[in-house]
Parts: sequence; structure tokens; C-alpha cells
Amino acid sequence: MIRHVILRIVAKTLIPCILLFAFYVQFHGDFGPGGGFQAGVIFAAGIILFALMFGLPAARRVCSPRALEILISLGVLLYGGVGLASIFKGGNFLDYSVLAHDAVHGQHIGIFLVELGVGLTVTAVMIKLFFLFAGRKHIL
Amino acid sequence: MSLFAQLASLTVQAGNGAHHSDAQHAAQHAAQHAAQQAVNWSEHLPALQIALPLLAAPLCVLLRRARLAWGLAMLVSAGALAISLTLLGRVLALGEGGAISYHLGGWQPPWGIEYRIDALNAFVLVIVTGISTVVMAATPRSLESELPRERHYLYYAAYLLCMTGLAGITITGDAFNIFVFLEISSLSAYALISMGRTRRAVTSAYQYLVMGTIGGTFLLLGIGLLYMVTGTLNIADLSERLALVGANRTVLVALACIVAGVSIKLALFPLHVWLPNAYTYAPAVVTAFLAATATKVAYYVLVRFVFSVFGTPLAFDELHLDALLLPLAILAMFGASLVAIYQADVKRMLAWSSVAQIGYMVLGLALANESGLTGGLVHLFNHALMKSGLFLVMACFALRLGSTRLEDLAGVGHRMPLTFGAFVLGGLSLIGVPMTAGFVSKWYLVRGALEAGMWPLAAAILLSSLLAVAYIWRVVEVAWFREPATGDLRRAPLSILVPAWILLLGTLYFGLHTSFTVGTASAAARLLLGGTP
Amino acid sequence: MIEPGLYNYWLCVILMMTGLYVVMAKGNLVKKVIGLNLFQVSVIMLYVTMGKVEGGTAPIVVEGAPDTIYSNPLPHVLMLTAIVVGVATTALALSFVVRIHEDYGTIEEGDIAAMEEGR
Repeated sequence: MIRHVILRIVAKTLIPCILLFAFYVQFHGDFGPGGGFQAGVIFAAGIILFALMFGLPAARRVCSPRALEILISLGVLLYGGVGLASIFKGGNFLDYSVLAHDAVHGQHIGIFLVELGVGLTVTAVMIKLFFLFAGRKHIL
Repeated sequence: MSLFAQLASLTVQAGNGAHHSDAQHAAQHAAQHAAQQAVNWSEHLPALQIALPLLAAPLCVLLRRARLAWGLAMLVSAGALAISLTLLGRVLALGEGGAISYHLGGWQPPWGIEYRIDALNAFVLVIVTGISTVVMAATPRSLESELPRERHYLYYAAYLLCMTGLAGITITGDAFNIFVFLEISSLSAYALISMGRTRRAVTSAYQYLVMGTIGGTFLLLGIGLLYMVTGTLNIADLSERLALVGANRTVLVALACIVAGVSIKLALFPLHVWLPNAYTYAPAVVTAFLAATATKVAYYVLVRFVFSVFGTPLAFDELHLDALLLPLAILAMFGASLVAIYQADVKRMLAWSSVAQIGYMVLGLALANESGLTGGLVHLFNHALMKSGLFLVMACFALRLGSTRLEDLAGVGHRMPLTFGAFVLGGLSLIGVPMTAGFVSKWYLVRGALEAGMWPLAAAILLSSLLAVAYIWRVVEVAWFREPATGDLRRAPLSILVPAWILLLGTLYFGLHTSFTVGTASAAARLLLGGTP
Repeated sequence: MIEPGLYNYWLCVILMMTGLYVVMAKGNLVKKVIGLNLFQVSVIMLYVTMGKVEGGTAPIVVEGAPDTIYSNPLPHVLMLTAIVVGVATTALALSFVVRIHEDYGTIEEGDIAAMEEGR
């Protein structure tokens, strides 16, 4: 696909926008519609578009399979870690209110971190799925 | 392939999290917490029961080395067992009808997700974590011959997620949470099954996936209808509000959807087609784990919904659930046992026998009296022990003989006496010979049938046990009285043999000392039958 | 006559039955997955429909309008989870199909069964 000028130019301009939009959805998730899921999928879509344009090997250089595996795990660990942290702070599992000096800030931090974990895992899972399917020798 | 499920399940869990955080985003959080104080970890055991295996799964992926991942999984599994035993002790100490309630995230039920542990699910938790620990001990040796070593860490991650899911279904007091955990456990179970050696493993996993997803979606549908009627998802709250609503058509459709959905997961007779294939072609240890836990937890879900949520009046007087479940249970007992007799593969034979045993459990449910339900619940425990033990014996055969086909077992009783001895012990328990655990559960089932005034049913239980004699005897005959093949056989590795013996000696122990199983199960049965309005 | 308010529920039922029919009647493993998806989507639609409150707006707090009617957000959130479950299931199912295709060279249920019988 890299030889098609129009596709290449459009993709090159679109991919940064898509990634940026993903970050907007991720970090705006505390205040309005959005959150880790949607952001993760959008971010992964950017990478997948990149892979479609410039080929799997190039995309694999951007995010190696092992790195993806680690990201998936880290996302879940971050999520669970917030839960354990709130126990440490004297609350129940995943009780964000105790994470900061007052409940509102605590909820804020908690949701932010949890959504970050979700976003990490979803992004990595989606990219990994694409790599695994696209990387098979004989696809249907 | 394992990776897929792992990814999948991780995503699911993340979804669960979002459900939790977003759902109550709008709600007011009233409770202000006191300043820092020493953390009392024992208060948080219900959350840790789920959180530990859940967090250990990604750690396994990070560790990557098969040995390390196994060590962690073993440790966490044993830890989960310790937690569930503690919880059971605590619940029983609370006395009749006592329950531990844990509010996730500090949100009060019925708005927040509640983990609610009473005698029934504490009992099931012990089974899930206990079997998981024992099977985990046998895993590395058995898995070596079935899966390349560099993919073992993914196996352990999927295994831990499956255990998380099963324990989660059991511990949670939130109907939608049951669905989420059900899918976590199912997705990882599909992946575990697909790791079998032959290509049939993948087709069986696919078949199970299609049926399992239909089952799960039906459950979701039923829960949705309940939510529509009552506006709540908390199980305790649901039962209160349903009692006020009574039997309108939506409630009945919800009950039908839930029973149909769970029956697929449970492999109740006409919906069992996924089970024999899945159990036969899965890796031996996976079968040992799933046979003892997955269907048992599904049985728990059925019991929980029928008795705790809908209650006996609605389920039995209005919808006549017994008129449906009784015949199906009897068909399972006879039909599946008959099919088991004609199997050429012993592992497959045991899988069919599982379908039959599920029939006994459902029979106990359908009787809906204390003895019957006690019998069903005790059988849940006993059957988990004996089937898991028997499938571990199959793991030994698969490792040493390379096959579990009946003709290959010729003379194996002489060549591997210790291993085959374990098989005979498990077989006796499966038949229900006095002094074994199988006898205890059948005794209570028979009593339940007689109390319900259905003596032909009692006869049916005894008759179907004779069919079990037939299929066990076939194996014993081949293994002891056929000429063995030539060549030396090495003794089965101790790391599999010892767990198998532990489980099967357990059936002997619980056949003689029934106070733990029957005591807990009858407490649970009284809770279920008496707790309904 | 179909009451307009129940329109969505009728669609749910139609979708659900279509999905179930496809799962049961089609021999192609990919088509089965599609049927499964249809079936799941119908349930998602049921939930989303029941979350609708007449005259309700999106459940984001409107400042300075205390008597705004909001739709019920809970079913939507639940369905977010169910959608993820659906995606995971689909991915897993398709990965099985890919492997079945690699092992058998076909994704027709009948052909696979025939190959297993013939062995």
C-alpha cells in the first residue's frame, strides 16, 4: 500500500489525529463520555491503520509482541494494584475515596488510574489480536 | 491459542471494572473514611479470594519461565484454598443463616457489587480452590507431554483466570457479576481445552464455545428480564422484590431463560453434547480441573437462582420446574450411563459418566426437600473429588501408555498397580459402594426421594448405579484379566500419582466421616429452603 | 398492530431468532460465529431499550436544571461489558476457526465430521 500516494498521505495525516483523539477520549473520560475502552480501541485502530499501510514488520517494530504482552499484564496489574492500594489505605477493595485526602479527589485519582489500566490493556489486546490474525501464514 | 483467551479474559475483566466504576459514577458516595489505620487484612479476605488469582495471572505472563509461573500459580492457588477454608470456618461459626458481606469499592448494596458468602458458596469455594490446588500440583509433569514448554506460562495464566472466574461466580452476590465471571471462566476454559494434543481439541473447544456462549447469553437475557421487572441486580434484593412482584409473565420467561442458559453450562442431559468431546480431547489436567469445578459451579448457579432468587413457590408451584428437571435428570442418569458403557476410550467413558452424575445432582435439586438438596450438594463435593481423581489417573495412563483407549489398558492393573488401584477406588465411589463418598450422596438422594413419596425414583437411583457397575467393571476386567502387552512400564510419576491418591483417599475419608460434607450441605440446604419467603 | 413503543422489542426477538437459526442451521463455522454475534447483539439491544426513560436525555448531569429526566445509565454500562465479552468470544472463536482451517483445510462442519469419521 505504501506506493499509493493518496493512501499514504491520508494515512500519515490521519494516524496522529487518531492517536491524539484516543488520548482525548482516555483523559476526558473522567468528566464526560469516554474512558479506557473506547480510547484503547481508537488507539489500536491507529496502530492497525499503520500496519495496513506500512506492513506488519514495520508495525511489529513499533510495538513488539513481547512488549504488548507486558502491556496487557501491566494494565491488569495497575487495575488490581489500585484495588490493593485502597485496602492499604484502609478502605475496601477498589474504594477510591481513601486514595487521597478527601473522597472527591480520591475518586478522581482512582478512576483515572483504573481507566488508564483498562486503556493500556485494551490497546495492547486489540493490537495483539490484529497481529496474531494477520501474522498467520494461511488465512482462510 | 491460549493467548487469545487470556487476552480475551483480561479484556472482560477490564469490562467488569468499568461496569463497576462507571455505573455508580453518578451516585453519591456518602461514607467518609477515618484517617489512616492499621489494615486488617482478614476483613478483606473475600476480595483477596478473587484479586489474588486475578493479579497472579498477568504476573505469570510477565514471569514467562514455566517453573516460575507454576510456582506462583501453585502458591496463589494454595493461598486461595486457605482463604476459602477460613471463610467457611467463619461462616459456619456465624451459625444458621449467617453470611459475610463484603462491599466492593465501599458502595452499599444493592447499588454496589456485593460479595456475599453463606454456607452454600463457602462450601463451593472450598471445592473450587481445593481441586484447583491439587490439580495444579500434578500439572507440570502431565503438561510436559502435551504442550511445548515455552507456552506453559500462558497455560498457567489461563488456568488462574479460569479459577478466578469460577471462584468469582461463586462468591458474588450480584446477578450481572455472575455473568461476567461466567464468561471469564468460560473463555479461559475454551482456551485451555483447545491446548489438547490432537486437532480434535480445537473443534471440541469451538463446539463448547458456541454452546457455552448461547448458554451465557441466555443467562444474560434472563438477568436482563429480572432487572426489567425489579430494577435491581443484587441477589438478596432481587429475591425480596420478586416475592412482591409475584409470577407475572416476564418473571417466568426470566426463570426459563436462566434455567436454559445454566443448563447448557451444566451439561444437563439434552444440552450436554459439548461435554464428552471437550473432556476427551482437552489436556488431561484440564479435564481433571474442569470436570470437578466448571459443571459444579454451574450447578451452584442453578441452585442459587432457583432457590435464593426465585424461591420455591415461584419455581416449583408456579412454573413446575420439577416437572421439567426430574425427567431430564432421570434421562441423564440412565441415558448417559448407558452410553458410557459402550465407549472405547476410558476418558470419554468418564466424561459420559459425568453427564450421568450431573443427573443425580439435578435430581436432588428437583426434589426440593432438605434431604434431596443435601444429597445434591454432597454429591457435588464427592463427585468433584472422585472425578478429579479419576481424570488424574487418566493423566498417568496418558503419560505412560500414550493413550487412554480401553484396548491399550490391557493388563495395566499388573503393570501399574498403584495407579490402577486408585482407579478402582474412584470407580467404587462412582458406583456408590457403602463406605465410599458416593454412597453418602446417593443415600441422601434416596432418602429425599422417599420423603417426597416417590419410591420409584429411589429405585431408579439404585438401578442406574448398577449401570455404573457395568462401565467400571469393563475397565477393571480389561486391566486385570487381559494379557498385558509386553515391555516394561515405568511407574507413574509421583507428582501426578500423589494428588490422585489424595483425592481418591479423600472420597474414602468423606465416605466414613460425613460430618463435614453433610453438615455443611444440610446447613446450606436449610438456608436455601427456609430462606425463601 | 405493533405498538410503536414496543417496536424495539420486536426487533430484538427477530434478531435473536435469526441469530439462533444461523447458529443451528449453517454448517460454515464463520457463519456460526456471525449467528452467535447476532444473538448477543439482540440481548444488548434489549438492555439498551429497557434503559430508555421516556423524555429522558443522556445521563450526564446538566448544570442548573435539577428536574431534568435522565435515561437509566446502568443497562448501558452493563452492555459495555457484554460487548467486550462478545468481542472476546468472537476473537477466540475466529482464532479457533483459523486453526481448524489450518488443520483440516476446511471450515465446513459436515466436511470436518466426514474427515473424522473416515479416519
